[in-house]
Amino acid sequence: MSTVEARGTITIAVERCKGCELCIPACPPRVLRMSADHNETGYAYPELLPGCTGCGACLLVCPDFCFEVYQYETPILHEVGAIGDLGGPES
Amino acid sequence: MSDRPVLPELPTLPTDAPPSEPARQLGHFRPRLLLHEDHDLCPGCGEPLAIRTLLEVIDEMGEAENTIGVVGIGCYTAFTSTMDVDLVQALHGRAPSVATGAKRMRPETIVFTLQGDGDMVNEGLQEVLHTAARGESVTCVMLNNGVFGETGGHMTATTVLGQRTKNSLEGRDAGYHGYPILIADLLAPLGGTAYAARGSVHDAPAVGRTKNMLRRALETQRRGDGFSFVEILTMCPTGWFVPTAEGPGYLNSVLGAVHATGELRNAERLVTTAELLQAAKDDAGRREEPLS
Ligand code: SF4
Ligand code: SF4
Ligand code: SF4
Repeated sequence: MSTVEARGTITIAVERCKGCELCIPACPPRVLRMSADHNETGYAYPELLPGCTGCGACLLVCPDFCFEVYQYETPILHEVGAIGDLGGPES
Repeated sequence: MSDRPVLPELPTLPTDAPPSEPARQLGHFRPRLLLHEDHDLCPGCGEPLAIRTLLEVIDEMGEAENTIGVVGIGCYTAFTSTMDVDLVQALHGRAPSVATGAKRMRPETIVFTLQGDGDMVNEGLQEVLHTAARGESVTCVMLNNGVFGETGGHMTATTVLGQRTKNSLEGRDAGYHGYPILIADLLAPLGGTAYAARGSVHDAPAVGRTKNMLRRALETQRRGDGFSFVEILTMCPTGWFVPTAEGPGYLNSVLGAVHATGELRNAERLVTTAELLQAAKDDAGRREEPLS
């Protein structure tokens, strides 16, 4: 098992999301990805993976006001499986 | 079969409620001066980002109760029902003149206009030019996406050469459609102008820089130094025929390559868009030089 530290987290207003995907590349640690599911309006929406820093970039670029941003007083550790065994890039 | 290791399925985290662990809230869904979050603008539109930034600056400067906005006509006009500052709706292009009247009658207030490129540069070019030349103590904010978004995505006076719009499907052609007007370059050198800048909302750092520009413009007005202007490049994926996810890149590489971002006027300091473009080019060149 390995762990990923999260200094922050977000809440996502999934039902308001219009699926534009602007938040995905805006997230510096790339911990947002689009869902396979769709909200009631029919749009895919972002999901949060472990490793949020609470930087607020997603909030700044979302046209539909879908994000609230928090910074933990003490960082949280998330267990994420055998990520440490992945090895480096192909040589 | 590749023998590359397979990434483990990462768990998604719950995001439907605030965290139960002790945490400090850094950002709220909507700025305090927006009454609610819902709006009918298209997916991937840049205008709500500019409006959020403007409302945050007004609030942070403590001017929420002392501000009058004069709004032009465009998709952003939908926000007049949710922006929690005093607002006047102007006729298409006439907002700077209405703002002049409001400021002269209420000199102690902060007066801004919110207009688009179609509103300011096509419909009301003379209004903003004369307002700047008179040195009216108002701040004009123009959202520039190079199309008449609200009425169907037609070309405006700021549409850049090669840009596809509803009536320039093969791209704007200088020989047939003429050249784009760089409005900030017209306003910046006028004697009455104290501050002029062009920002963008194509990514989070650009939103931050745009926020600083809006703050400097409103501070210019508060000091009574003269006319101030902030142009903000915004995405209109619907009008441009591009997928929403490609909107920011298109904005920065196509519109931003002509309407370059930066400060054009700050007190006596005057810079042209051509100089901003050259400085960006020199900067990129320096970065590509190998370290010796
Ligand atoms: S707050 Fe920053 S790190 Fe966290 S999801 Fe948003 S953009 Fe990513
Ligand atoms: S930027 Fe906002 S509206 Fe667009 S996909 Fe992300 S959460 Fe949804
Ligand atoms: S038409 Fe363009 S400017 Fe208007 S709401 Fe849609 S994306 Fe935004």
